[in-house]
Order: sequence, then C-alpha cells, then structure tokens
Amino acid sequence: MADKIATRQAYGEFLVEKGKTAGNLIVMDADLSKSTMTAGFAKAFPDRFFNMGIAEQNLYGVAAGLAVSGKTVCASTFAMFATGRAFEIIRNSIGYTHANVKICATHAGITVGEDGASHQTFEDIALMRTIPGMTVLNPSDAHSAKRLLDLAVDADGPFYIRLGRATVPLLYDADAALAVGKGCCLREGRDYAILATGVMVHEALQAAETLAGEGLSVRVIDMHTIKPLDGLIVEQAARETKGLVTAEEHSVIGGLFGAVAEYAAAHCPVRIVPVGQQDAYGESGKPDELLKKYGMSADAVANAVRRLAG
Amino acid sequence: MFTDFKKTEAAAKAIRTEIIKQLYRAGSGHPGGSLSAADIAAVLYFGEMRIDSKDPSRPDRDKFVLSKGHAAPLLYATLAEKGYFPKEELYKLRKLGALLQGHPNIKIPGVEMSTGSLGQGFSAAVGMALAARMDGGGRVYVLLGDGELEEGLVWEAAMSAAHYKLDNLCAVVDWNGLQIDGRNEDVMTVAPIGEKFTSFGFHVISIDGHSLPAIAGAFEEARTHKGCPTVIVAKTVKGKGVSFMENEAGWHGKAPNEEEAKKALAELGGAL
Repeated sequence: MADKIATRQAYGEFLVEKGKTAGNLIVMDADLSKSTMTAGFAKAFPDRFFNMGIAEQNLYGVAAGLAVSGKTVCASTFAMFATGRAFEIIRNSIGYTHANVKICATHAGITVGEDGASHQTFEDIALMRTIPGMTVLNPSDAHSAKRLLDLAVDADGPFYIRLGRATVPLLYDADAALAVGKGCCLREGRDYAILATGVMVHEALQAAETLAGEGLSVRVIDMHTIKPLDGLIVEQAARETKGLVTAEEHSVIGGLFGAVAEYAAAHCPVRIVPVGQQDAYGESGKPDELLKKYGMSADAVANAVRRLAG
Repeated sequence: MFTDFKKTEAAAKAIRTEIIKQLYRAGSGHPGGSLSAADIAAVLYFGEMRIDSKDPSRPDRDKFVLSKGHAAPLLYATLAEKGYFPKEELYKLRKLGALLQGHPNIKIPGVEMSTGSLGQGFSAAVGMALAARMDGGGRVYVLLGDGELEEGLVWEAAMSAAHYKLDNLCAVVDWNGLQIDGRNEDVMTVAPIGEKFTSFGFHVISIDGHSLPAIAGAFEEARTHKGCPTVIVAKTVKGKGVSFMENEAGWHGKAPNEEEAKKALAELGGAL
C-alpha cells in the first residue's frame, strides 16, 4: 500500500522548502500552527512568521496589509473559521484589492472527524468561489498539493487552498505536471465520467474500479481547481460520455456540483448526479465512518453512476 | 516639529471647501465625519508625513490609511490638494466610471488601502506597519472613527499592534461623539476610549482635534515614543467649520443641496 500523507502535512513541508528561496514569503497563523503545520516554517524562519492569536478576522486583515506592502502571505487556520468567520474581511480587504494572500485552510470537510459539526465546513468552496478574482484549489494528495501550492505562491493575486486533516494515499508522482485551472484525467472511460475533487478523488477511483467489474467504463477526473473551472474538460466529458457525477467533500450547494452544473447548463447540457454533503450538518466520528454515513464514500459514488446507468 | 501653521491652516480650509463642493455635486456621501477630521488630515499631509505626490510609490514613504472609509471626501480633497490627481476628479465623485469611488479604493493615486468596511483599515495598517519594520519603510498612520470602535476587529487589531510592539504605527481616533443613529452613548457606549487603548498596550495622547499645534505635537510625541504603538484620541466636532452641520448626527451621511452648499461655502470662504 502506498504511503498515506495528509495534504496539511505536505503544506508544512512545502513552506519550509519554499521559505529557503522565497525571501518575500510571510506565513501567518491563528494559534493553530501545530495543526495547520505552519509550525515548521515558524521554527525555520521566525522573523517571517506571525502568530495572530485566536483572531481570524485580524489574521486576514493584517495579511492584506502585508500583501499590499509587497509581501506574499500564506495565512492559515481551519477552513471553517478562515472562510466563515473572516469572509467579509477576505472579500473586502483581500479580494477587492487583489492582494497576494494565499488562504491555506486546513481541516476542511467531514474528514475533520471527531471534532464534529462546528468544525466540519461544507460551505468554504461556495463562499470563496463567489469572490471575484479568487482562485480556488482543492488538492487530492500530498504531491499535487505541493505542486499547486508552489504555483499559487508564485502567482499573483488571492488564492483559496483547501487542505485536509486526514491522511490520504499518494496519487501523483512528485514531479507531476499540473496547472492551475486544468483538471487531470486519472482514469479513462467512455460510458460515464466522475468529476471529483480533494479527498473524493480517491473514492471516485475506487468506485470506477468497482464499476469496471460491472462492465461500466468510467472516466475519473481530478478537478483540483474549482475556480477557474476547466470548462474544456467538463465539456469533453459531457460530449463523450452519457452522464456526469460530481464528487466533493462539500455541500452539494455551491461547490464543485454548482460550478460544473452552472457551466454545463450554459455550454453542454448533460445530466449530472451530485455526491456530496446534503443540506445538513455533520457529527463526531471517524473520517471513514462519516464519509459512509453522509453519502460521500466510494459506494455512494458508484451508486450515483448506477443511477445514471438506470 | 513644524511651528508655522499658516500653510496647514490654509490646507485645512481648502480641504473643508472641497469636501462641500464634492458632496454637493455627488448628491450623496458623508460630510460630518469628513469635516471633523480635516485639521488632522491637514497636519498629516502638510507637515507630518514624509510623502511625495510626484513619487507616490517610493518604498520608504509614510503611509496613511483611512479606516473610517466613509470620510472618503476628506481623503480625496487632501490628496487632490497635495497634487496626487487633478481637482476636476473631485467633482466626479460617486459618478459611474469615475476614479473616485464612494469609499477609498487602492487604485486611486495616493490611496494606500481600500477601506469602507469598518475596522478593516486598522487591521491592514497593522500589516503595513509589520512590513515597514521588516523593510525599513516609513511610519503608518490610521484614522478611525469613534463609532468604528464598536467593531470587534478594531480590538483584535489593537491587541496585535501592541503584541508586535509597532512603534511605527500611529492611530488617531476622530472622537466627534456622533454616529449614524445618534450619540455614541445612546447607540453603543465606546467610552472610555483612552483607558481602553491604554489597557490594550498603547501609548495614549488626548488632544483637541482642531488645534493644529496640539495635533502636530501629538504626532511628534508619537514618533519619538518607542516600544509600543500610539493612539491619539482627538476630541472633535462633527461637521466642524459649517455652523449648521456642527454636532448634528443628521449630517453624518447626507449631502448638502445647492442652497446649503452655498451657505456652507460662504462660511468657509469659498464658492461653488
């Protein structure tokens, strides 16, 4: 079995490495540096790390001030508090100024697990994607996370990068060629296509394997970028297969399903079955148990494809 | 410290005149809190700050953030008076396609931060002061309203400014006592302001916000006070300089009509 590494772990390692060459990089946190994994950077580059305490609004407000002064800032806390509590600061001080702030938010989705509903955000992608000029990334493994983080830090403007707490298997080689805004087809298929993002890419690949045993040829695409959406890859999937499934560890309202459905409705009408958190809060439990209970397991994805197949 | 206040006094008068002219033409906006801080802006831009409108992005410049962003006419009048953009722009304030937006936008020459949502400018100023300290930049000044102090973010920002010992940061509170719905103490009590900032770790200076020597002296004291940020609590009169606007909450967010504008300008020694 392949190594399992959390994307937040990859983030921590990336920062320490990037800090060596990117002298302009500032890292900030809100008293969660051991959980978000910014602690390694804090130790290696103490002069370029600012802990803002338990004050997420000020975390992003100060990040904006550093960024408009010419710094590149990675500012981290849990996804719930970054996008929920600080939304309007991100919108007005970071989005409106197109500031070079990378909102690297960890512990997203239901795989937060035992902390329960107050910490399980299913709204973050929806919130961030409505901000003009905000790029929204949701990597599925440690290698793609490092690559996408590198591209984000070198790019101009605000980014939202969704990172997870749970460990996940590696899908990509360390030197895999990835580009922001370009989905990756990880498995070819002619009958149906699953557009998956983050943790759900793993579930989608398992589902496709199961369905192959039932004679169904299912394409799996890693939509690591939610915004700007890779319309071309959606359109190809819509035209070349008989239907789409979206799979995300996020509300079925406003996230990947929303983005794909909006695009498809305008450009390539197609039936799409969403897999994601229904309009409900989560609860405490182990990540795998929660994915199962709330309909975001490989089984749930396979069932969604079976629904399309009738 | 400069001692000849003739230039500053003239600037304050010109700023007040342009505030009225802008708002009359815009048909909406905030005169009360713009007029109350005109003397503070005049001292900052015509004495205290090291800035050059010909080289607005020089790295070691001092920076000003208008955290009470609704006083945009004050900032715009000051910047135009200082030569950052032509005065004609002032009279297109709030019009479709104009340079000057209803609240400050960072794309406007001389504007250091987009503001308007209260509390956020103070937070950004803390970030700018951190960056300036790292890079050998200038000082950072931020103007807050008294009603603005009701925002929780203000106190998160204050806590962090003191924690990081930002003695290159100077906040000014325009304490005119009024906010949209009435007097501070009737809407939400913000007093005691100085004591709050003292307990948050600030050096506090209380002054008459319409005395030019007092304002200049406070900035001088702030510049030389090391080890912590300074806040200047400036007691002001909302609508200062226009008799019928003074101390009237109703003039927080209402533009003068032609008759009112003419009357106001007559008091200020200007004309439409």
